[in-house]
Amino acid sequence: MGEKILMKGNEALAEGAVLAGCRFFSGYPITPQNEVPEYMSWRLPEAGGTFVQAESEVSAINMIYGAAATGIRTMTSSSSPGISLKQEGISYCAGADLPIFFANVVRGGPGLGNIAASQGDYYQSVKGGGHGDYHTIVLAPNSVDEMGNFPKKCYELAEKYRMPAMILADGILGQMMEPVEFKFTPVDPSTLKKPDWSLGNAAGRKKRIVRSYDLREGELEKMNWARAKKFQEIEDREVQFEEKNIQDARLVLVAYGTSSRIAAAAMKMARDKGLKVGLFRPITLWPFPKKQLAKLAQRVENFLVVEMSQGQFVDDVRLAVNGTAQVDLYARPAGIPSGEEVFAVVEKLYRSIKPTLTAKKAEKTKPAQKAKTPKKARPTKKPKPVKKAKAINKKTVKIKTAKKSTKKGGRR
Amino acid sequence: MELVNKKPSSLVDIKMHYCPGCGHGIVHRLIAEVMDELGIRERTVGVAPVGCAVFSDDYFNCDMIQGPHGRGPAIATGIKRSQPGCIVFSYQGDGDLASIGMAETVHSAARSENITIIFINNAIYGMTGGQMAPTTLVGQTATTCPKGRDPKVNGYPIKVCELLSQLEGARYLERTAVSSAQGVIKTKKAIKKAFQNQVEGKGFSLVEILSMCPTNWGMTSLQGAKFVDEKMMPLYPLGVFRSTEQEGGQK
Ligand SMILES: Cc1ncc(C[n+]2csc(CCOP(=O)(O)OP(=O)(O)O)c2C)c(N)n1
Ligand code: SF4
Repeated sequence: MGEKILMKGNEALAEGAVLAGCRFFSGYPITPQNEVPEYMSWRLPEAGGTFVQAESEVSAINMIYGAAATGIRTMTSSSSPGISLKQEGISYCAGADLPIFFANVVRGGPGLGNIAASQGDYYQSVKGGGHGDYHTIVLAPNSVDEMGNFPKKCYELAEKYRMPAMILADGILGQMMEPVEFKFTPVDPSTLKKPDWSLGNAAGRKKRIVRSYDLREGELEKMNWARAKKFQEIEDREVQFEEKNIQDARLVLVAYGTSSRIAAAAMKMARDKGLKVGLFRPITLWPFPKKQLAKLAQRVENFLVVEMSQGQFVDDVRLAVNGTAQVDLYARPAGIPSGEEVFAVVEKLYRSIKPTLTAKKAEKTKPAQKAKTPKKARPTKKPKPVKKAKAINKKTVKIKTAKKSTKKGGRR
Repeated sequence: MELVNKKPSSLVDIKMHYCPGCGHGIVHRLIAEVMDELGIRERTVGVAPVGCAVFSDDYFNCDMIQGPHGRGPAIATGIKRSQPGCIVFSYQGDGDLASIGMAETVHSAARSENITIIFINNAIYGMTGGQMAPTTLVGQTATTCPKGRDPKVNGYPIKVCELLSQLEGARYLERTAVSSAQGVIKTKKAIKKAFQNQVEGKGFSLVEILSMCPTNWGMTSLQGAKFVDEKMMPLYPLGVFRSTEQEGGQK
């Protein structure tokens, strides 16, 4: 803890899960997430856990279903087509109220698509994904640091609510190298309480059943209503997001994951030119920060959604804004926008915002605004040195020098 | 008076839903007797399939998990690998194991997962109402081959034990039948060996059991048993297909 290590996003994800207490991983190779199973194949046995390379994603998720039913922390990861295959099992886990954790390092689709970074799996991730009435908790990191720190959050949320939780990343986050600081004490799985539904070792107690069906008249509907209530609770309590420069903003960029970093670059360009532009980044995509966006829409004129998909994410932003502000879209389905490109759109939109509208909104929100008290100067934090060669063990050294696998062709 | 033959404690004392003359109930009892005899009930986890035996999660008096269609061996793998002290069995029909779950079956055998699979071959899809199974006999009628299975259209039946016997990881494969009293006794022996192997860490064991589905075969109970003996056995010969005494399955 407290040390910065230079890692690839996928490796940070794997290490983060191990440090958070994961002791079972099964997966099937698919680019651009191969470093996850590769890392787990040596790291988990070292930590006293088990790695299984399954014959398919279908099998991998069902191994997770079985292992998670025994009450331990498990993980699987994949990329788009693989996640499609896992959806049957994810739906079963949702139906059986099992806390599972998985990651989707999204690539371009539909179909085989390509291995370039994309955000085209948004709908699939936040609207359920598999069959039936359920949700998955979705966390969207935008740095290698978050890739490493989010698995623990996923386990905690999944276990608190007994449901699947996932990390939605993309090829860029998976492949790039950045410093990561694991900001938690490593979890010793033996200190975790065995849940009262877990299977195995039934000595002295009644049998337990893990299943996702209930054929009794009306019972399934009751169960689904109970889940709906739980989902509402999560929407009320567990939303996470980040805001930048929104106090005086007239235009707010809305983006998650990699897109949010590009949007941040565009925001900086705009601020440098004196344009009042802010950034809103959902960290939880489900639960979606609906209320927070709706509130923001009370005083902001224009939102610009930046997403690496055709316009999936924008739907949720529009639902939240609900017509109280203009919502525009800059979409790059399976393309990576540059900060300059986004800035050009921002600038054009910004110039078109009608001053009358701004005045009206300002009027409306005036009484709510508190007088600003000058902030005390904060002591400047010393930046922590980035340790390049800090080894978790001997293997880590190899990882650092490992060639980038963003190369075209070959590994698909 | 002493009760000499009581219900095994590994079976919950409730009424089963199976049709008269069906083999599922017989095999359930055999598994439960074996669990009792080996004293493993409290550490056993069973995987119930999709198919007529889906409710076996209610019937066995041990921890149970019900899995997606065909995925039993993968689920069993996950349980066994994370809880090596548990005894894990997967209970599957022919549609479940030999059709949708063929990959899971083959690969769990190839990895020699230290699990036990009980495979009920009744040559038809029972629960969904009598459609053709991968094990349906040539000429046998089913709702999706009403004129009888024609290899030119429907391909040939799959012999699971023969197929798996090619795999080094498959440590014990035996085919039995529950169409006669003698067959039931032999089946119990095979089931016991398949569980015993797991207790001893020997690796993948599977017992294929020829069983009756009089309902979907359109027969009486007696005709069903006769069908197994006369029609199924020639295609699916009984016997041990593989039995290696060596250790070394996945622990
Ligand atoms: C993914 C999926 N496909 C299809 C089904 C429908 N289904 C339920 S049981 C069954 C066949 C079961 O046949 P078998 O495994 O032979 O068992 P039996 O009912 O004969 O005991 C099918 C196809 C399902 N539940 N899930
Ligand atoms: S339909 Fe066939 S397999 Fe299913 S319970 Fe009835 S007899 Fe048994």
